[in-house]
Amino acid sequence: MRFFEDMTVGQRRDIGSFTFTADAIKRFAAQFDPQRFHLDEEAGRNSLFGGLAASGWHVGSVCMKLLVADGQRQSAEAQARGEEVAAWGPSPGFRDLRWIKPVLAGDTVSFASEIVALRTSETRPEWGILQGRNTGTNQRGELVYSILATAFVPRRNFRA
Amino acid sequence: MTLTFDDFRPGRFGSFGPRHVTREEILAFAAEFDPQPMHLDEEAASRSMLKGLSGSGWHLCAIVMRMMFDGFIGDTASLGSPGVNEMRWLAPLRPGDDLMLDVDVVEARISRSRPETGIVTFNCAARNAAGQVLCVMVSPIMVRRRDDVVAG
Repeated sequence: MRFFEDMTVGQRRDIGSFTFTADAIKRFAAQFDPQRFHLDEEAGRNSLFGGLAASGWHVGSVCMKLLVADGQRQSAEAQARGEEVAAWGPSPGFRDLRWIKPVLAGDTVSFASEIVALRTSETRPEWGILQGRNTGTNQRGELVYSILATAFVPRRNFRA
Repeated sequence: MTLTFDDFRPGRFGSFGPRHVTREEILAFAAEFDPQPMHLDEEAASRSMLKGLSGSGWHLCAIVMRMMFDGFIGDTASLGSPGVNEMRWLAPLRPGDDLMLDVDVVEARISRSRPETGIVTFNCAARNAAGQVLCVMVSPIMVRRRDDVVAG
């Protein structure tokens, strides 16, 4: 994972793709969001979604999964170069999450992340605050998911 | 009895729970969706900003969704949600937490594009047994209107 100083506004990364199988959709829904259109093909077809649809929280959680995996790949590359590896901080939240189109069974969603704002933290000078627009696009090129996420990222060589 | 749009009026809707959260489920969710050391490893977590093992914020979101389902969405003519206006993660989710969810209706309006549908915007706050608020979410849900109201 990268340090605050390595980041610039406008940087965009493709962070990977994920295929939402019917089994995965139902497994997540059974645990966290058992509305019928997330559990049953017939109920999904009869809903506004027009098919068995993934819970929006499943889509958001998969985006997080791919962000973490991408960060871990970057860490491994930095380590291979003999560089110091940054560990991300937690997130204070997000805004403007939009489930733009349903993610249906069999859809493959490709996620990307773009840095939209960077600032230093006044109360925690060892941390920077990143705001990123993360998006998901399905196999037909349709934007299905968008979120404005915020996270603490460590500053390089910070000395209090 | 299914709740429809007309059952949701601005103001306090209800409090739901408690929902007990185990260490095992925190670790299982983190392993699948958010495998950062602060959510998986006691030692790394103790050195993190959150000072101890904490659940993924996305796990907390998913638990809030389930608490909403068990509380009222399961008995509501829900058509799904277009998104979340805002989610603030204010304090970490800890193993063993017993969560309560306080739900308020912020706004209830009829959809302009689908007049048979209402849009109910909820403010949901999850708190632990000590009364500490872990997260606050503002999110709209589309809810079908009563047939006789729409026909009239």
